Amino acid sequence: MEPVIFEKTQAGRKGYCLPALDVPSVDPATFLPSASLRATPAALPEISELDVVRHYTRLSQLNFSIDTHFYPLGSCTMKYNPKVNELVAGFTGFKAIHPLQPDSTVQGFLQVYYELERMLAEICGMAEFTLQPSAGAHGELTGLLIARAYHKYKGDVRKTVIVPDSAHGTNPASAMIAGYNVVTIKSLANGRVDTAALKAALNKDVAVFMLTNPNTLGLFETDIKAIAKMVHDVGALLYLDGANMNALVGLVRPGDLGFDIMHLNLHKTFSTPHGGGGPAAGPVGVSQALTPFLPVPRVRKTDQGYSLEESAPLAIGKMRAFNGNSLILLRAYIYIRCLGREGIRKNTEAAILNANYLQAKLKDRYQSAIDETCMHECIFTAAKQKPNGVKTLDIAKRLLDYGIHPPTIYFPLIVEEAMMIEPTETESRQTLDYFIDVMNKIADEAQATPDLLKKAPLTTPVRRLDEVKAAREPNLRWKQTSAVPQPSTSPFAR
Amino acid sequence: MDFIPHTDVERQDMLGAIGVKTFDELVAHLPLSKNELKVPTGLAEGEVIRLAHELASKNQGAGKLLSFLGAGAYDHFSPAAVSALMSRGEFLTSYTPYQPEVSQGTLQTLYEFQSTICEITGMDVTNAGMYEGASALAEAVLLALRETGRKKVLLPRSLHPDYRSVVATYTAESQVELIDIPFKDGRLDMDFVAAHLNEDVAAIVVQNPNFFGVVEPVEALGPLAQKSGALFIACVNPLSLGLLTPPGDYGADIAVGEGQCLGIPAGFGGPFLGLFACKQKWLRKMPGRLVGQTVDIEGKRAFVLTLQAREQHIRREKATSNVCTTTALIASCATFYLTLLGKQGFRDVAYQNLARAHYAKEQLTGIPGVRLAFASPVFNEFVLQTNVSPEILNQKLLAKNILGGVPLKKWFPEIGNASLWCFTETKTKSDIDALARTLREVL
Repeated sequence: MEPVIFEKTQAGRKGYCLPALDVPSVDPATFLPSASLRATPAALPEISELDVVRHYTRLSQLNFSIDTHFYPLGSCTMKYNPKVNELVAGFTGFKAIHPLQPDSTVQGFLQVYYELERMLAEICGMAEFTLQPSAGAHGELTGLLIARAYHKYKGDVRKTVIVPDSAHGTNPASAMIAGYNVVTIKSLANGRVDTAALKAALNKDVAVFMLTNPNTLGLFETDIKAIAKMVHDVGALLYLDGANMNALVGLVRPGDLGFDIMHLNLHKTFSTPHGGGGPAAGPVGVSQALTPFLPVPRVRKTDQGYSLEESAPLAIGKMRAFNGNSLILLRAYIYIRCLGREGIRKNTEAAILNANYLQAKLKDRYQSAIDETCMHECIFTAAKQKPNGVKTLDIAKRLLDYGIHPPTIYFPLIVEEAMMIEPTETESRQTLDYFIDVMNKIADEAQATPDLLKKAPLTTPVRRLDEVKAAREPNLRWKQTSAVPQPSTSPFAR
Repeated sequence: MDFIPHTDVERQDMLGAIGVKTFDELVAHLPLSKNELKVPTGLAEGEVIRLAHELASKNQGAGKLLSFLGAGAYDHFSPAAVSALMSRGEFLTSYTPYQPEVSQGTLQTLYEFQSTICEITGMDVTNAGMYEGASALAEAVLLALRETGRKKVLLPRSLHPDYRSVVATYTAESQVELIDIPFKDGRLDMDFVAAHLNEDVAAIVVQNPNFFGVVEPVEALGPLAQKSGALFIACVNPLSLGLLTPPGDYGADIAVGEGQCLGIPAGFGGPFLGLFACKQKWLRKMPGRLVGQTVDIEGKRAFVLTLQAREQHIRREKATSNVCTTTALIASCATFYLTLLGKQGFRDVAYQNLARAHYAKEQLTGIPGVRLAFASPVFNEFVLQTNVSPEILNQKLLAKNILGGVPLKKWFPEIGNASLWCFTETKTKSDIDALARTLREVL
């Protein structure tokens, strides 16, 4: 394994060069009070540029990624991230722009914002979008604060948000931060809304019903229009968690189904890279009645060009400093312009085709959680492997040995031993067939050599970890005193 | 242009394997839209690059314009190795490291990130990154409200106005009273602080250097906060910590900040990097992801996401925050940058910022009609008052390809024709002299 970078430090070594100081040198103590001056320098590592590059390049090689491996992680939509998006995001005319420049000097960026908002509104059937939220959960919070502001404005303050038990954990967590009480309702076994349970939970105190559609079991909510009516009848709003929107774009528009608020995860549906856990972007779309409450700034188009407007009396305020994750938004814009309306629909069709193909091919050896046509992902369980003592976790870990990233496991919570498989549209039939072969082989292994699975993975850079130790004795930063493992004799040894 | 690999023959075969003849059978249960989307038709890669060049040319930034803008987004030099490492597909296109056996690259890098941020801030623990500075501050305030059960928060007027707005948005529904701490000569009014920091206050926030670039008397706040039982939240510019006392040394409970200055492009405002560090006692209350060191079953050192029982995917509505995906790649970027700078480079960059800003301060205040708004000590930004309004001044400067300081009137009408100017290590003596010359001409 690669040492921690601090362990490679050599006092006095440099990996960085500043221009010579061409202004008079000063004594910091003449300008700053002595109490404000740092007493001891920060003990950052002292490494040459080559060794920094080598260290992080070698670390990168310990990762699975879309560029290197099949990554059928359910709900996370690990589709190909086109390189052209990266190229454009690196243009100086985008990258080196300060967020507080005068509007006249950022017309290109404002045009991207304006057109992206319009395209997302058209694709989703919503009146307007804000591009400000930094990620999906940030979008949820934005959407819920909009709902609060809307009800408050109408003099109808409400305190409850309803969330199905199949929802992503961010839904109830966001509702809590927005100041709501959360009521969880049971879903049907297929993850669809139990309309009787919903009806029982709905009343005049309910502000929002948050729904993921297709749901977290990969099924479309067929009763959606009736659900929307029930929600609207008590004066509540219907929120779409757009995590699975890649199953709908080009086929169905949430606005047409009765959704009032929704967020998109651009790093899922619109293919911006996940970066090992961000950065992302979580634009929020709303119906016409909610547009006055969108956060500021808003991008407007006038005869003089595009401008940023800060004044909106009913707006919820700002969700973050400046405008938004502009370079991420730009990638999504470029992606949509590449796809065009034909490509958007074609993507969705291929995603659904791939998921149904896997569902059809895997169901002999694995227990399908649901026996009906799926959308962009399918759910299996380890029920058939259970008699041999093999769990979903073991199957997931064994996949690593075959060079495949596991599906999302143990989610949704309502399916025991769940494996949520989302192949995405960019995977070829050959990749899917390899995955099917590997899954079948693992099913054989589960019968013949179950212990092998429980020990898996065997070939990865590290094996199963002691997570209990990590939590009980938290070691969250390198310290000089940390026990350092014996260095290997060669700096290139693995 | 799309990125779908299927041939027509494959598609037909796959439909057959599923047991349907056409794709439409798979979506027969959907209420399909009847209308075609009003989205432009697709473009080939060459076409979209051409479009992107056209759009980029409508933005004028570094290279075309000499910029003295700061105010929370800074123009610093970032070594080529930073963007080269960041664009490696293994970092760029991996997911959150939930499968540690095949994510040691991201995990160890984030552990190194936490370690470097602890080093520069002097704090006990740091999480693996937040969205950006303002929402990181809002999360710190939420933590203080939760843990103290109190309902008042002291926020300086000299805090970045966007940060103040974000705190207000996040706390809008929790019956919280945000109390403004006025400023005197650009610094916290300490008499006001002493009079208002009491047992009803959940947190006192201070930004250092503050929005005006002024170095605050932070060392006096720790004891006051401790006495009242309020949490002391410091919002710091991490790059300034090459020279300035780190928040861990002056008793901050929580240190937050914007990490964009650590090698990340200004990018019209994002993606940036929220920093969140705290004292050990708040570890289990903090938002966001944490990477910890452990061992694998063979005893080999390894890294893993830990203390996840705080997080939304486990605790749902009882979580310490709703954050999920934040900004791992940008945190990695900051790690590459800080590692390249190293111990000496980190100090040198801060020093050059100080030296260049003070040279500029001297040059600019020698111009008739230009004066300093505040005499208090500054780091790499300061507020100038001018005889003409900054908006008009900036128009004249823009005609000479200069982006002047940020006009402050919309937030701080009481300081008149004021604007905030920033000077980093990227501004040479001749840049500053050219600015001074041009200012003399246009004023």
